[in-house]
Amino acid sequence: MANYLLAMATYAGLYALMALGLNVIWGLAGMINLGLAGFFAIGAYTSALLTVHLHWPIAAGCVAAPAVAAAAGAAVALITARLRGDYLAIVTLGFSEVIRLVASNEIALTGGTDGISNIPGPLRGVLDPTQFNLLSLTLVWVVVAAAAFLLARLSASPFGRVLRAIREDETVAAVAGKPVLRLKVQAFMIGAAALGLAGALYAHYNAYVAPDAFQPLITIYIVLALTAGGTGRMAGAVLGAVLVIALTEGTRFLAAALPFLGAVQVAALREGLIGLMLILVLMLRPEGVLRERPRIRAPEAG
Amino acid sequence: MIRVLQLVADGVMAGATLAVPAIAFNTMYAVLRFPNFAISGLATIGAFAGYAANVWGGWPAPLALGAAFVAAALASVACELGALRRLRRSGPLAAAVASVALTILLENVVRFGFGNELRGYDLPVFRDWRLGPLRLNPQEIENAACALVATAALFLFLGFTRTGRMMRAVADNPALAALKGIDAGAVAVLASLLGGGLAGFGGMLIGLDASIDPLTGFRVMLSIFAAAVVGGLGSIPGAVLGAVVVGVGEECSLLLLDPAYRSAVGFLAILLVLSFRPRGLLGERAW
Repeated sequence: MANYLLAMATYAGLYALMALGLNVIWGLAGMINLGLAGFFAIGAYTSALLTVHLHWPIAAGCVAAPAVAAAAGAAVALITARLRGDYLAIVTLGFSEVIRLVASNEIALTGGTDGISNIPGPLRGVLDPTQFNLLSLTLVWVVVAAAAFLLARLSASPFGRVLRAIREDETVAAVAGKPVLRLKVQAFMIGAAALGLAGALYAHYNAYVAPDAFQPLITIYIVLALTAGGTGRMAGAVLGAVLVIALTEGTRFLAAALPFLGAVQVAALREGLIGLMLILVLMLRPEGVLRERPRIRAPEAG
Repeated sequence: MIRVLQLVADGVMAGATLAVPAIAFNTMYAVLRFPNFAISGLATIGAFAGYAANVWGGWPAPLALGAAFVAAALASVACELGALRRLRRSGPLAAAVASVALTILLENVVRFGFGNELRGYDLPVFRDWRLGPLRLNPQEIENAACALVATAALFLFLGFTRTGRMMRAVADNPALAALKGIDAGAVAVLASLLGGGLAGFGGMLIGLDASIDPLTGFRVMLSIFAAAVVGGLGSIPGAVLGAVVVGVGEECSLLLLDPAYRSAVGFLAILLVLSFRPRGLLGERAW
């Protein structure tokens, strides 16, 4: 039971990191990304392949993963940034499916649907499982705290201000002389990097990656985390991730409460509930539990 | 050479089938102004409603396609009235995100009722027809014919009826349409009904070719987007052209690529079109 709780708290941290990434893309820059699972997968596979096949140290894998994810994010954003958000929605959703397709079929590289196993984790084997879980939990949440701090600083900086301006009205920002395209691509890259880093941490914690872990449902979890917590605020992303884990794990007990349902029916009920929750949150409380605080200050003298 | 000809023939027939959900996607886009990703869930609903009519009810496939249309149309109107109408007010992106959640919801309604196993329709078995060196499967020809009938019916409706012209007016210029006294809410419901129905119809057509499970609609999602974007997002004739281009492209990719990468062809097509002709082959006008 203790190990289960530790594992769930670790997953909450991974979701929080992904929600933070989405918050830069969506919350600050107002761009959509429905391919979160794809960037998460890129990070996970990058670090897994580098550490398993090329024997890179784990830390190096965790640096390479966000870099590769950010590069993929730059490519996706560059193709669609000039177009309306609808195209970005379509391209990102398609992107994550293509990543899953490649992961399932490039068997020589990714092991196909069997995945990659025996991915090294920090001190795995030296520590007993509970200690390893505790260490992972600490490491993941240290990363989340650092990311939340840095991104909150970023959000309060002139860069964050311009991103919000672009979110509210791109044309006005462009007229004010802001390089809109470059800023949007940068925001998308920062968000993708956070998603890729979450993927790397997941791979090293879980010791195993396979295409099945990168279903579009992951994207729904993260969007739900961010919208429930409150878009635009970094604390909201973290709070939302914890709420989502509480919801997905809480519904596990449905199986016990409804013994007359088959396993597939319970699984369908749980997935369906997540979808329904996201729709309800979007309809009833689009600003989330924590609202974005307006940042209005008196103009400075001079 | 004969292999290429065969692949092109297969591609055109696959494209005719793909055109139905692609038209559905673009019809909804033209009127509702957001990419409705619920399309894949609606296609699955249609495929299973058709299954129920065909296997349980004993209806022949063309009749069962009617059941697929009706069930998916009703589901789509429920999505519109229950959620999407309200969500569009917070912007097209909120509605797009919610529509992904709707697909997950619809898919799981089907999974709850039917489980995950593959199911096949009750179809008469025919031998392939031979046309010179080409082999044509009568079932595929029947599917393509049903797709053509549905496409033609939609074009006639949009082109020659008062209601169809109202829909085009809203797609063209919502503000002007409102000035003329056209009820935008009613047209949105009508577009959801037609789009959802065609998505269900197309979902069953795609299922007739193979077997169905709750992911039937999701698997063709990339091809549907590709057809819609290649032809021009929101353009109804564009969806037909885009579907044929994508269908032929997917079949011909078998010459070069592993069959597993078939659906990646659609994504490649999207990237190419967005890089070189972002408005699609026929532009974004609905008609």
